[in-house]
Amino acid sequence: MANTIEKVSIIISKGSLEGIYPGLIMANGARAEGIEADLFFTFFGLDAIHKKRYEHVKVATVGNPGLHLATLAGGLPGMSSVLTHVMERKMGKLDIPGIPEFIEMISDTGADIYACKASVDLFELTKDDLVDQVKDIITVGEFYELAAGGEIIFT
Amino acid sequence: MPTATYADRTVEVNDEGFFVDPAQWTEEMAPEIAEAEGISQLSEDHWRVIKLMRAEYAEKGSGPSVRALGKTSGVSVKELYQLFPKGPAKLAAKIAGIPKPRGCI
Repeated sequence: MANTIEKVSIIISKGSLEGIYPGLIMANGARAEGIEADLFFTFFGLDAIHKKRYEHVKVATVGNPGLHLATLAGGLPGMSSVLTHVMERKMGKLDIPGIPEFIEMISDTGADIYACKASVDLFELTKDDLVDQVKDIITVGEFYELAAGGEIIFT
Repeated sequence: MPTATYADRTVEVNDEGFFVDPAQWTEEMAPEIAEAEGISQLSEDHWRVIKLMRAEYAEKGSGPSVRALGKTSGVSVKELYQLFPKGPAKLAAKIAGIPKPRGCI
């Protein structure tokens, strides 16, 4: 057998739609390949597992040159909501689930989901603020212990 | 081209062990392929998924992803991973004698 990856630990640190999806897709894709996967949400990435926020994650329309939108236009009220809506509709057509459903699906694949303790403390959250799929709130040291022997992917 | 022998018949497979020609596959081969992948007993649920993989391949030219499989088979994503721990769509495709499904979700 050629070189294979047996395990990945994926860190999601950003709270925008385009900051969260790549990590989710990589985690889900890893499980589909039979690769063990853990997800670790830190800083604004916590919004993806925050009960009140994970349905309202938006595309960043300011400071996002990939959108090819004038910075001033990106800052107009409602622009982020409109573009998020457009993006979600496009993703829906490709059968890419919304974040809540995606988190549930990834959890069902057997991947473990963790929240970063420093960030949870910083934002004054508790485990009750986070979705039920979160297995634990862990320190960076505990994350490294979990990640031992695998690949770490930071997004 | 590598070959493999299942149910006393030699078939062509690719480097990852997927059938090159799905027409060479027979149901008798499935338990042997499964066993080589660590699944010692094919249950009714396994067969439901395997048959669905073949049906979808015959219809669309490729097998479904895990998500699509969960939606169409009536077997939940959670159960799919219990049935095929090393990747449901990938393993079921291999056991069903069809190419590995391509898809990111």
